[in-house]
Amino acid sequence: METLTWAEIIPTVLARFWPVWLALALLFAVSLSTRRRTGLYGKLFDSPIGMIGFALVMFWIFTALLGGLIMTHDPLAQIAQMKNDVPGSPLPDGDARFGWYLFGGDNLGRDVFSRMVAGAWIVVQIAPLATLFAFMVGITLGLPAGYYGGRLDTVLSFLANLILAFPVILLFYLLVTPEIVETGIPQYMAAVMFLFPIVFLVVLVNARYRTQARINVPVIVGIVVVAGYLYLSLVSEPFTPIAVLPASLDAISIPGGVLVVFVSVVFVNSPTVFRIVRGLALDIKTRDYVAAAQTRGEGPWYIMLWEILPNARGPLIVDFCLRVGYTTILLGTLGFFGLGLPPESPDWGTTINDGRRLLTIYLHPALVPSFALLSMVLGLNLLADGLREESLRD
Amino acid sequence: MAMFILRRIGVMLLTALCLTFVVFVLTNLEPNLEKLAKTQGNVRMTDEQVESWLDRRGYSDPVLIKYGRWLGVVPGFVGEDSAGRAVGSCIGEGVEATNAPRFCGVLQADWGYSTVFRDSVWNIVTTRLALTGKLMFWVMVLMVPAALIIGVLSGMREGSKLDRSLSSVSILSTATPEYVSGVILIAVFASSAVGLKWFKGTATSAMESANFDNFFLPVLTIALYGIGYIARMTRASMAEVMTAQYIRTARLKGVSFPNIVMKHALRNALIAPFTVIMLQFPWLLNGVVIVETLFNYKGFGWTLVQAAGNNDIELLLGVSVVSVFVVLVTQLISDIGYVYLNPRIRIA
Repeated sequence: METLTWAEIIPTVLARFWPVWLALALLFAVSLSTRRRTGLYGKLFDSPIGMIGFALVMFWIFTALLGGLIMTHDPLAQIAQMKNDVPGSPLPDGDARFGWYLFGGDNLGRDVFSRMVAGAWIVVQIAPLATLFAFMVGITLGLPAGYYGGRLDTVLSFLANLILAFPVILLFYLLVTPEIVETGIPQYMAAVMFLFPIVFLVVLVNARYRTQARINVPVIVGIVVVAGYLYLSLVSEPFTPIAVLPASLDAISIPGGVLVVFVSVVFVNSPTVFRIVRGLALDIKTRDYVAAAQTRGEGPWYIMLWEILPNARGPLIVDFCLRVGYTTILLGTLGFFGLGLPPESPDWGTTINDGRRLLTIYLHPALVPSFALLSMVLGLNLLADGLREESLRD
Repeated sequence: MAMFILRRIGVMLLTALCLTFVVFVLTNLEPNLEKLAKTQGNVRMTDEQVESWLDRRGYSDPVLIKYGRWLGVVPGFVGEDSAGRAVGSCIGEGVEATNAPRFCGVLQADWGYSTVFRDSVWNIVTTRLALTGKLMFWVMVLMVPAALIIGVLSGMREGSKLDRSLSSVSILSTATPEYVSGVILIAVFASSAVGLKWFKGTATSAMESANFDNFFLPVLTIALYGIGYIARMTRASMAEVMTAQYIRTARLKGVSFPNIVMKHALRNALIAPFTVIMLQFPWLLNGVVIVETLFNYKGFGWTLVQAAGNNDIELLLGVSVVSVFVVLVTQLISDIGYVYLNPRIRIA
């Protein structure tokens, strides 16, 4: 078979993404037709910048979810003849698989295109979830720090500044080395950090329905049982210092490397979220509706979670988008230094690191994941910009 | 003002103490020490031999005492070697035990010995820091004026075409981490495949003689990421100043637009970016590590990677002390500078 030219590669690649185009078209059609009824989400479609950002982000999310349909090859399969082949190179004759390496082969003869698609799945799995956890930690600690102030605020702010003064790379190197993983420190940190969502949810419900035991008790019991089980099976890993659950009950098993990466990313992000939430709480607690709630005799947690937090949502949503982008960058940094994730992992940071060694001769193995990461982070930044513009408008 | 600075310095010292303690604990964990014993002594040591090796060098003492020794506030470890002579961390080669100083720690400028580079940590850190200082100097020379010009130009007429296009540039540059922009820049300007070959893809030769060819790409890579962020802050601050009453008054008086921007708006608009620029230092450190690895420039960031990757405990501690110190000092300067620049706070 012939080597494809760029005029043939681009249409083929675009055609490979057909499930994504379909999903995007559906999503935009539905969202545009109902945009007057969906609040801030609908208003996003009034700003061209926000729409472009949203499209970029959703492109990668759909690519990650539908990766199985898009990938042309197994991202880990190596074909020795295809080492460092240029984009559009045909497979050796007689191979039953898809006929070309659309974006060429890397230094081990793996398909760069499929690895890019598979890498999207890793990023989309970890980055939003890690950011969400960081927000849970930041909100649960930042609200009381801002609302109560005083000594609690001093201590928590000092701790947050302590973590912030740590150079991120140094922290990663300290947390992600095999020696530290061996001692179980990241797992203990995970055990503490994963508690925050449960605490957050329980307090959230309890603050609201404290006086209505008929709703309060079953909901809280439900949360504690479901979240508690998830928590235990997340934290507990067989053959490690924390093995609380027997292996048969352990529903979720995260590979050690991924857990460490997750924990360090949450750890780095939460102090910044804490500072933002604390600042917002300091500002909002002087408003009249907070005074009204205090006069009504509402408890402090009700005021924090049901009066202050909803009114701080605008800046928090914007920051969430930016922070997912930043987390993506951090994940790439970890991959770039070969920390945490296994070396054959197709995530973008690791592939960039692999590709850069031969960068002056073969460009494609490093450039493809670079542009993938760039477009995703750019999409998140544009989305945040669009959201900020639209939420400031009213 | 003096009270304020004193209190800030107090908090800073406390933070430094806490952070170095955390790093100390994390680098002196049992697996690290075991690895150290095996690389320094013998790879095939049994567990008992490892233990006695660590015992004889004072590694098995409580963490707080070890930390005190490293800091130089607790007398150094003194033990006996197999021949019965006194040995210890403070007793150097060819020095009589009785003449050796009692304290030897960071405070006495004794930073220990690097097992990877076979040199004293103090020497390594100072030479590497000088190399990185050179890099950072040129980054600042490129980054600060570029960012301020972009920010001021886009902030002086909010919503104009110039603003739109410059803002897009700064969003793009904040979305490009160093390892992406570095790879793209090398691919475009340094690879033999594209054929431009304007610059060199490595900066190893820039350590002795830096010139435009071998130094521009690493400097640009670090600067790009910061430019976008500082420019956006400057733009926001400039746009806010341009809506102020005194700017309107100046316009109504008939002052020309360039004059308004240069004489009335700029000074007030630059207070916020100053803090941002100072607070960029910790992030720049991040970029320095990535870029020095990518371009093989053997500076401070490269040393950090080597020390961390090779379990070089004392070097890693030294590197951490310096980087934590840099971060804290820049924070202090930015706090003081903010107060100093803003007359409303300074005089009140």
